[in-house]
Amino acid sequence: MRCMVIVKASSDSEAGVMPSEQLLTAMGHYNEELVKAGIMLAGEGLQPSSKGVRVKFSGRARTVTDGPFAETKELIAGFWLWQVKSMQEAIEWLKRAPFDDDAEVEIRQVFEAEDFGAEFTPELREQEERLRAQIAAKS
Amino acid sequence: MRFMMWLIPGAGEGESPGNVPDADGVAAMAQYDQALWRAGVLLALDGLCPPSTGARVFFADGGPALVEGPRSGTRGAPAGYWMIDVASLDEAIAWALRCPAAAGEAIELQRVQEFADLAADVQQALTQGIDRQADGVDRNALCRRPVAVP
Amino acid sequence: MSVTDTHRTIDAVWRIESARLIAGLVRMLRDVGLAEELAQDALVVALEQWPQTGVPDNPGAWLMTTAKHRAIDRLRRSKLLERKHEQLMHELEHEREYARSADEAALDDPFGDDLLRLIFTACHPLLSMEARVALTLRLLGGLTTEEIARAFLVPEPTIAQRIVRAKRSLAKAAVAYEVPRGDEIAARLSSVLGVVYLIFNEGYSATAGDDWMRPALCEDALRLGRVLAGLMPREPEVHGLVALMELQASRSRARVDARGEPILLLEQDRALWDRLLIRRGLAALKRARELGGALGPYALQAAIAACHARALTSEETDWPGIAALYATLARVAPSPIVELNRAVAVGMAGGAAAGLELADALLDEPSLQRYHLLPAVRGDLLARLGRIDEARREFERAAGLAMNRRERELMRKRARACGESAPPE
Repeated sequence: MRCMVIVKASSDSEAGVMPSEQLLTAMGHYNEELVKAGIMLAGEGLQPSSKGVRVKFSGRARTVTDGPFAETKELIAGFWLWQVKSMQEAIEWLKRAPFDDDAEVEIRQVFEAEDFGAEFTPELREQEERLRAQIAAKS
Repeated sequence: MRFMMWLIPGAGEGESPGNVPDADGVAAMAQYDQALWRAGVLLALDGLCPPSTGARVFFADGGPALVEGPRSGTRGAPAGYWMIDVASLDEAIAWALRCPAAAGEAIELQRVQEFADLAADVQQALTQGIDRQADGVDRNALCRRPVAVP
Repeated sequence: MSVTDTHRTIDAVWRIESARLIAGLVRMLRDVGLAEELAQDALVVALEQWPQTGVPDNPGAWLMTTAKHRAIDRLRRSKLLERKHEQLMHELEHEREYARSADEAALDDPFGDDLLRLIFTACHPLLSMEARVALTLRLLGGLTTEEIARAFLVPEPTIAQRIVRAKRSLAKAAVAYEVPRGDEIAARLSSVLGVVYLIFNEGYSATAGDDWMRPALCEDALRLGRVLAGLMPREPEVHGLVALMELQASRSRARVDARGEPILLLEQDRALWDRLLIRRGLAALKRARELGGALGPYALQAAIAACHARALTSEETDWPGIAALYATLARVAPSPIVELNRAVAVGMAGGAAAGLELADALLDEPSLQRYHLLPAVRGDLLARLGRIDEARREFERAAGLAMNRRERELMRKRARACGESAPPE
């Protein structure tokens, strides 16, 4: 399964404050371990919300608002995408991350095709019906 | 320039629809995904399962990581993302405006931090001690980039 | 934490740690069977103790220490090999904390040799292919015997026996537990890559309704391939294989229809192709190319997959590029299937007549006599050349040889299209 590991923003990250050299080095090693384990699909740092933009949808109207945005707890500082066998494996890997101060990280599962259910089959079901009818008519 | 486009239900104005999209909504979104891809700007996209199926880990100074169950409620939690590669923030905004997002949803655009744009000493710290082979392989070329830590 | 939670955690820890644990023990003991037994012993102790004590901060180190203690006990009891006993005592007395940082890890295992050694051992050519696959999944994939049995649709005792015999063969032949060097490396690496790709294909061939362990084999193989790429970054065919697997895996959501029947590549909905995996595959292919030299068979197949991945629609496929790659592949790793694929590509790039010439050359090929795609390809080319009656006969022949219902229906449909003045629907 694929999962997204979302590192929440902090007042420091929002202010563009870089972590200590020690932490950066530890994080570099940690990323290398994830790569060597064959589970790392992607990993990116994101710029603070002050450099970002929010587009809100309301009926037919769209509003574009410049950052920064207030609710730091919901903002995202970075993320990974990992390929793991279970949520538990993702948790175990995450526990080894060298975050050294207050950091909150959320793990989310990624949708795989089977999750979508009924919305994806009406056209296909219709096609199948037609093909069956054709075959029935010919045989 | 790379941007993350986070789809955030409930962060727009007005009522947010349920988590599961209807057939029309799905079709419209599939067309949007196709448009992004045909334009050559789409790098990746995924839908995310509801936060109730996730987990959270908290790190505190010096202590062990604390594992908590998933958050309650979905307020502010992304339902999916696109990663796009475009020439400017304006172009990213243009794409976001074209998204057939539903009323009550928002798209948050965030610039991806490129390794090359980091200060030299930060770059150095991130790659220090990582055993590089003599062939001078650029680790970053293999779609792996260090995460800038909060 | 409940016992169930702890067990789930232990499963996850095992998946993360077991390969390195076994690899380290193999280095110390020079015996795969014994190494695995001791690793399993340590797991049993973990299952007994961790529900009470909690999961240790450094589970890998805990497991290694426990395994070593067990090793000492055993050796003391059997009074065998004083030298091994001494060596282990020495190791334990000077036990270093399991490294969290790469710097410290480098001191223990500077080039990831332990893991590499284990990979080469599990894939040793003296073992049958089936044995190599089972041993690799067990020692490196961390799968249980039951999981391997479910993945390969084989009874559990069969897999258990396969693994037991494999370990015995390795011990009996007194294989050197070393990473091969020099002349040996090409052949030994080829064996490893073959095992990994076989696992991938087993997973790729899984159909809907199968045990979920089967498609999960693709993930197991991809993970192993990526690990290998990290351990042997200078080997182009390792990157070539990873590229091929990433690109094939990128199509998994598009490959199967609502009923679970396979959809041909050219008919797949490309919007369902995973862009992240495509990017990863293209990057791995780039890496293979940058290492220089002629592309090997895996890299060539990856390059062909890349041509498809880059085309936004099947109409935009770079057929001349693919035809050229198949021509190279036919020289480097010739096979009738490669020739048939080349016929298709040439037919698309250079016209149906050219393609038919190549396909006709395969009519006497013994291995393709019962292969439905040969008449299917000929039928397609003949139809494009206006030789309708011959085309219909070929499609009917293909229908008779088809492997599953959907393909049979597809071939019959095409045969009928030849028999009418206007195609149906």
